[in-house]
Amino acid sequence: MSIKILIPTPLRPYAGKQSIIEVNAQTVGEALNDLTAQHPDLRKHLYSEDGKLRSFVNIYLNDEDIRYLSKDATPVKETDTIAIVPSVAGGR
Amino acid sequence: MSPLNDSSQVTLSNEEILRYSRHLIMPEVTLEGQKKLKAARVLCVGTGGLGSPLALYLTAAGVGTLGLVDFDVVDYTNLQRQVLHYTSDVGRLKLDSAIDKLKAINPFVEIERFDTYLNSTNALDIFSGFDIIADGTDNFATRYLVNDACVLSGKPNVYASIFRFEGQASVFGADDGPCYRCLYPEPPPPGLVPSCAEGGVLGVLPGLLGIIQATEVIKLILGAGEPLIGRLVLVDALAMRFRELRVRKNPECPVCGANPTVKELIDYNQFCGIRGEESEAPVSAKIPEIQPEELKRRLDAGEDIFVLDVREPHEYQICSIHGNLIPLGDLPRRVHELDSSREIVVHCKSGARSAKAVDFLRQSGFKRVSNLAGGILAWADRVDPTLPKY
Repeated sequence: MSIKILIPTPLRPYAGKQSIIEVNAQTVGEALNDLTAQHPDLRKHLYSEDGKLRSFVNIYLNDEDIRYLSKDATPVKETDTIAIVPSVAGGR
Repeated sequence: MSPLNDSSQVTLSNEEILRYSRHLIMPEVTLEGQKKLKAARVLCVGTGGLGSPLALYLTAAGVGTLGLVDFDVVDYTNLQRQVLHYTSDVGRLKLDSAIDKLKAINPFVEIERFDTYLNSTNALDIFSGFDIIADGTDNFATRYLVNDACVLSGKPNVYASIFRFEGQASVFGADDGPCYRCLYPEPPPPGLVPSCAEGGVLGVLPGLLGIIQATEVIKLILGAGEPLIGRLVLVDALAMRFRELRVRKNPECPVCGANPTVKELIDYNQFCGIRGEESEAPVSAKIPEIQPEELKRRLDAGEDIFVLDVREPHEYQICSIHGNLIPLGDLPRRVHELDSSREIVVHCKSGARSAKAVDFLRQSGFKRVSNLAGGILAWADRVDPTLPKY
């Protein structure tokens, strides 16, 4: 089923400059796999070399951090939105 | 939060009562709330983009004591967003400039200045004199430092950060609330997240986010409303969309969890891979370089050198040395456009992106390729002073 993933500004250059990307998935993990299959450049920004999600990138399903759901195995439904929320530090 | 000063001991003069009258008639503030504001001691770390609106509004609102930490000097590129500082302040210490404006807005506010770069040695000492810390800094190392120092000293950390036209805000380190490390356990490795100096920032954005911070500071002081604890507000100014995400307290958090491993302040530069967000260190010391004067001399002598500009097209519009434009991100796809038999000099704005490009080209088999030291900024300083700098 088709799910929306929101791409934050810092990662848009690696996602064809798009802010929302539609993927096909039953779980959050599948959604991210489809995303990085569509946009391979995103992979190194989301995952470390050992394949783990980077610790300065959080994945939210709607308003909840997937670390507190079932992580990659969290099921998704049509109305859900996945958001990638990386840390940014700017302030000046 | 337990304030350092007892607000019941505070009095307001008739002038202050008149000044704050729009607060005093609100049931959420009243005279009692205004006394809490006057008794409060708030520390703003940074007087730049976020720090400007924060300090302006906290001063206007009548926060009794405002601490300011900054070591920086006002420069021209600050003026587009750092509204505490005026054109006539360029070259002055930001603290001198800030204090003039804040005193002019509200002479009843006490200002304590800290002319220093916040670090692991001074942070706990400085924080000990304040009830609430507002983080208006601009790099990961200081953000983790502010967070850890807030958790260790039991003070709320009113947080915001910005990038281009997006921002994030939350209140960390409150009693039973999550901290910044609960949200982001570790900083990004150097080079993976562009800085504001590289990526730019919409001038009004720190205004929006800094005012969210000021609002949260005032609410914490008053004990009014629902503080932004355990919630992260995401602002997208282009879409003008505000979203809210839950931030949970991580029971395994290394600083605020049940079994903390961080019990004192650490070396945050090391923790963040020794990167200041503002510094643009070359990716490798092995990158061959050419100085601007040398390149100028050789081009003038008619030598065959292909000048490759790896900035973005909108930067090229601002100024150029008539190089051939291939943005760094497009280089892997367009590398076939380059002739490896010719000598190539790569440049960007200040030398960091072009160093990555040189590194990439050398790995792709290009032998005669070097980096213009200091980028087009150095060219403008040392070869062609008529070029605009940005």
